[in-house]
Amino acid sequence: MPKFDKRAGNVLVWVLLLSAPYWMPAVGSYVELGSHVVVFALAAMALNFLLGYTGVLSFGHAAYFGLGAYGTALTIKYLVPSTPVGMLVGILLGTAAAAVIGPLIVRLRGVYFAMCTIAFGQVFYYIGFQWFSLTGGDDGVSAWHRMPLDLGFTSIDILNNPKAFYYFVLFVFAICVGLMAFLLRSPFGRTLIAIRENERRARFLGIPVDRHIWMSWVISCFFVSVAGTLFALMNNFVDPRALRWDQSGTFVIMAVLGGMRSFWGPLIGSAIYLVLQDYISSHTENWMSFIGLFFVLIVLFFPRGVLGLVRRKVVT
Amino acid sequence: MSLLQVEKVSKLFGSLVAVSEVSMNVESGELRAVIGPNGAGKTTFFNLITGFFRPSAGRIIFDGQDVTALLPARRVWRGIARTFQITEVFPELSVYENLRIPVEVASGFRLQPWLSHEADAKIRARVDELLAMGGLADKAARLVGELAHGDQRSTEIMMAIALNPRLLLLDEPTAGMGEQETFEIIQLIRRLHKDSKLTIVLIEHDMRVVFHLADRIMVLDQGKFLAEGTPQEIAANEAVQTAYLGKAA
Repeated sequence: MPKFDKRAGNVLVWVLLLSAPYWMPAVGSYVELGSHVVVFALAAMALNFLLGYTGVLSFGHAAYFGLGAYGTALTIKYLVPSTPVGMLVGILLGTAAAAVIGPLIVRLRGVYFAMCTIAFGQVFYYIGFQWFSLTGGDDGVSAWHRMPLDLGFTSIDILNNPKAFYYFVLFVFAICVGLMAFLLRSPFGRTLIAIRENERRARFLGIPVDRHIWMSWVISCFFVSVAGTLFALMNNFVDPRALRWDQSGTFVIMAVLGGMRSFWGPLIGSAIYLVLQDYISSHTENWMSFIGLFFVLIVLFFPRGVLGLVRRKVVT
Repeated sequence: MSLLQVEKVSKLFGSLVAVSEVSMNVESGELRAVIGPNGAGKTTFFNLITGFFRPSAGRIIFDGQDVTALLPARRVWRGIARTFQITEVFPELSVYENLRIPVEVASGFRLQPWLSHEADAKIRARVDELLAMGGLADKAARLVGELAHGDQRSTEIMMAIALNPRLLLLDEPTAGMGEQETFEIIQLIRRLHKDSKLTIVLIEHDMRVVFHLADRIMVLDQGKFLAEGTPQEIAANEAVQTAYLGKAA
């Protein structure tokens, strides 16, 4: 029975995602919001690979998200006007930075780990903010745009066709999410869950815990930098806010809101967060206080997030 | 040659001497008990052998090789497995998954992103074997956190066995257990020792357990070596009686 529930859940998620451009306008929304939700869902799910499945809280994922975004924007603007090349550079930049910083922080635990990730994140924020000649400082990198995808025999206009861009984002999302699910079901994935469940036991089962946390960190940052490249492409623009610590906080809120012990939790969290933001911000500038209140209520009463609540209902 | 040679290890926490120049040789196939009053340094002594702490002085030789400086995970790879005084399991995973993880690690698959069908079948067969050995077959799908204390203990011991250890260290395996549970754990340890010829070192408070199981007994008192011998010798040893009775009186 639970196996069936899981499969039914997966089918439901994919049907909703694949058909989103057709039903979203019908419920008074728009396709661009769908792209937004999917991009942030990828970022939050990437964070959750580390938070929910390894038990390590990072408060600095925006750094690698932002590096992905800057790498893409700068490459397309100055080097090669190609969307895939831009993405590749962004992903490499974000992942390489994470791989180098990782060994400096993986021995830390809990709050100390979180604080150090913030600190390293802010380093990148200030670089983005201060290095005016390259990044445009506070003004960001503008005057460029994503390029249509050239497949040789045909070209997909992801620039002017929002539906085409949505499906492009969803395609990348599907590959990343598939990879994450694959890794989590593997023996390697089980060692991460073992570390989350009981680090001491994991260590004395012969798992080199620090090294596995480093690997989980790099994998997580790889996926968050993929999300960063999509974020830059979506906006045709990037500024230092993509690197800032409150951006990292948004990912954490999304993951916790939706349910960090559920694979799809962060996707639900991203959808709730962005739809609430979209709706409330059209009425008041103080939208953040409402989302904050909602977040506090969820954490107080449903510590396993929205999906955790749904799942408990199904079980009982 | 002894499987485990501990040579004059000491551990200081600041000015507190927890273990002072204790030596111990354990032969292959032996079941050794380490006993002593509360605060005798038994668990600290265990932690030195398994790499939880590094000794302040002394050497630990396992199978002829110096392992004093090795990290815990590397000692496990060499064949030293342990359980803890307070049961350490993966409470939110099923018994099956709790055993599957060490089986996979011991098979060298910890970095594997996928498993072949044969490898997967082998692992499943090994997990089933361990479940049967530990008397846990009917509880395989239960979450360990929901099980009775005795079954959690059995799961923890079988997790250590899943690593195919050459030396198993059990820290108070029957602590906090009722009569029936204690009896079952004793049976399990006896089977592992007699049938699998496993070398075991255990810390125990329950003297019935110790005199029932152990080939040899080492006694620690206030971090120092007090005596060593067969159960009969230890029972007759005056220094041991004073250490225990002195506390009791």
